[in-house]
Amino acid sequence: MHRNPSRPLSPHLTIWKWGPHMLVSILHRVTGVGVGIAGAAALVWWLLAASEGATAYATFLEWATWEWALLIWIPLSWGLIQHTLSGLRHMVMDIGAGYELSTNKTWANITVVASVLLTVLLWLYIFYGRG
Amino acid sequence: MSMEIPLGRVRGLGAAGEGAEHWWQERLTSIAAFLLLVWLAVSLLRLPGLDHRTVASWLADPFAAVPMLLFVGVAFWHLKLGLQVVVEDYVHDDGSKLFWILLINFASILGAAFALFAVLKIAFAGSAE
Ligand code: HEM
Repeated sequence: MHRNPSRPLSPHLTIWKWGPHMLVSILHRVTGVGVGIAGAAALVWWLLAASEGATAYATFLEWATWEWALLIWIPLSWGLIQHTLSGLRHMVMDIGAGYELSTNKTWANITVVASVLLTVLLWLYIFYGRG
Repeated sequence: MSMEIPLGRVRGLGAAGEGAEHWWQERLTSIAAFLLLVWLAVSLLRLPGLDHRTVASWLADPFAAVPMLLFVGVAFWHLKLGLQVVVEDYVHDDGSKLFWILLINFASILGAAFALFAVLKIAFAGSAE
């Protein structure tokens, strides 16, 4: 971490072009951290409320079903789905597969498109699917 | 006296001072988290609602309580390892790094303990019905 600023820096950090692989890499980290903090907190709150009894649970439900809470639930569900799909892609790449440029790009794009689609389907089902 | 060459001693150490085991555990917990997450999503979507009675009687069933306990354990373990890697990537000052890693460890163990206790409490209380 101790770089002599008078020495030239190799340009590897400035030569890059945006691509879906970069987006997915960043999304994997952001969604992991987001779900790891907010999602974990929500999980603990939900389970604790359920264990405390009907009154505590009613308070939890009141917050959780407040319409503005959707601004948390929808991004959270998308984040979990995106992280899971990019996580699966991660595992394939950790085995050493899928590095051909076009394959890599295709699957990166698929995780992003699929996560949005699955999130939409999930919420359509929650709102309309149960009848 | 050690016959190890210097490269052998530093290999795999990286920014954290250790690594291969952490990396491997992150992959193992990913696979487990994936399977349990599918189970959880399918189970929750199949419940008639998320009111107290439904959730409590669902978690009173060992076939729901046990996977839920595993899910909590695996998810918190995975996210603890994961958040720690993020801190190691961005925080280079030894003092603040120690602070963040302690915070992540304490908070995830605390969260996991509360969640596990809650599931057990529901599971054991439910058997009386
Ligand atoms: C249960 C909910 C989950 C949470 C809260 C969570 C959280 C996290 C966090 C905070 C990280 C660190 C992010 C980073 O280093 O960039 C991470 C990394 C990772 N997650 Fe998850 N995760 C979850 C589920 C999953 C699932 C289901 C999979 C796989 C299908 C997965 C695969 C991975 C992988 C492979 C990494 C390592 C990434 C790397 O080394 O760059 N995660 N996760």
